[in-house]
Amino acid sequence: MIDLQGFGDQIAVGAMTTFRIAMASLVLGIGVGLLGATAKLSQFQVLRRLANAYTTIIRGVPELLIILILYFGGTVALTALFGRYVEVDAFAAGVFSLTIVFGAYAAEVFRAAIQAVPTGQIEAAQALGLSKALTWRLVVVPQMWRYALPGLGNLWLTLLKDTALVSVVGLEDVMRKTGVAAGSTHTPLTFYSIAASIYLSFTSISLVCLTLLERRANRGVRIAE
Amino acid sequence: MNIKTISSEPTPGSSATRVALRVRDLKKCFGSLEVIRGVSLTAHRGEVISILGSSGSGKSTLLRCLNFLETPSDGEIWISGRQVSLRDGRTGQREINALRMKLGMVFQSFNLWSHKTVLENIVEAPIHVIGLPKREACLRAEELLLKVGLADKRHVYPCHLSGGQQQRVAIARALAMEPEILLFDEPTSALDPELVGEVLKVIRSLAGEGRTMLIVTHELGFARQVSNRVVFLHRGQIEEENEPGAFFGNPTSPRLKEFLSAQSGEARR
Repeated sequence: MIDLQGFGDQIAVGAMTTFRIAMASLVLGIGVGLLGATAKLSQFQVLRRLANAYTTIIRGVPELLIILILYFGGTVALTALFGRYVEVDAFAAGVFSLTIVFGAYAAEVFRAAIQAVPTGQIEAAQALGLSKALTWRLVVVPQMWRYALPGLGNLWLTLLKDTALVSVVGLEDVMRKTGVAAGSTHTPLTFYSIAASIYLSFTSISLVCLTLLERRANRGVRIAE
Repeated sequence: MNIKTISSEPTPGSSATRVALRVRDLKKCFGSLEVIRGVSLTAHRGEVISILGSSGSGKSTLLRCLNFLETPSDGEIWISGRQVSLRDGRTGQREINALRMKLGMVFQSFNLWSHKTVLENIVEAPIHVIGLPKREACLRAEELLLKVGLADKRHVYPCHLSGGQQQRVAIARALAMEPEILLFDEPTSALDPELVGEVLKVIRSLAGEGRTMLIVTHELGFARQVSNRVVFLHRGQIEEENEPGAFFGNPTSPRLKEFLSAQSGEARR
């Protein structure tokens, strides 16, 4: 048995934090991604340009930098706003930056997925008198998932691992907790291996869930066996 | 009690005097290309009109203009006595949706929603557009499936059906909205030859019920049998329009003669 030297509870708390921050960023990031994709496909040029600027900038800058800039930038902005020093909560800052990053990539995935829905499927809805909103809800979104899920799955795995970056601004996640344990016990290999296995178990469970989700999204599609 | 109102048989010819659809001088341009160049057409209640023409003649575009899948560039459209406002291509979405409820469309490639079962495909629009309770919509759908001979397929996804079966479901889906006019856009062109018959049989039975239908088709024999009137479209204009006997037996326009002889040559091969 591996000797955790009393750090077991701390690491469990860290794992929970990692999971929570990833889930929160996923949910919010999907929202941002959908908005971004709709803006990219909008008939208004202003919206298209804004969305394109957003995804170009975010996808072109290292995640670590974005986290640092948003964290320190956020502190400066809030301090200026309230006229006194405001410390940004590491969890909130982490969710915010990871949402911004995930949203940018997800916007591209959703845009491609929406465009992959065959026009005939949409025309059938229009011809029956379904409004734009209903067509979107009943036809476009459910069909889009088929094309979006594989890409989103990849982004989710990246997001799970990127949470480790948020430890640089003081988030008490698995990375930081194991780092502290590794430092104080002088057994870095043990604790970093534990961290690795925690990430690996999260991603493995995710892969199983993704397979199930894809099966559900692909109902009514015949797949070559 | 008034017996007369119950046993009111329509007097002969009275149904034909009511206009279901009238189109005047309809035009459609794609950029500088004029695809429909001033088409006028009237369909009376219960009339079946077949629209023939070689590819690129604008048949499908004409049909798609009627329910605004393409926005007409110019012209006038009346559906059951009400004119559709068509000024500078600005027709309100609400008006378009109301218009589409009266027009059932059947597509060449069926366009059944692949993520929904046969039954879901049929009930979605009645539930969400008309506001029919789910149970009622399902009952109506089952009746329609019985009519097109697919009652046993209600819980199947479209990908497990043959093309002919999919098209019959698509017809049931259009009928579920109880449209006043049915538009068929080459309903059998995407089908294997041996599956064409089952779809034509359904369309023929609908014609027998006295439904108003516009059918774009390449099936000349079928058009001849089922239509009250046949229209030949050439380069976006109506080149000839006649009752089927004269249309096929005694065509006047040289282009129609050419078209008919080419088609029958095709059939012999």
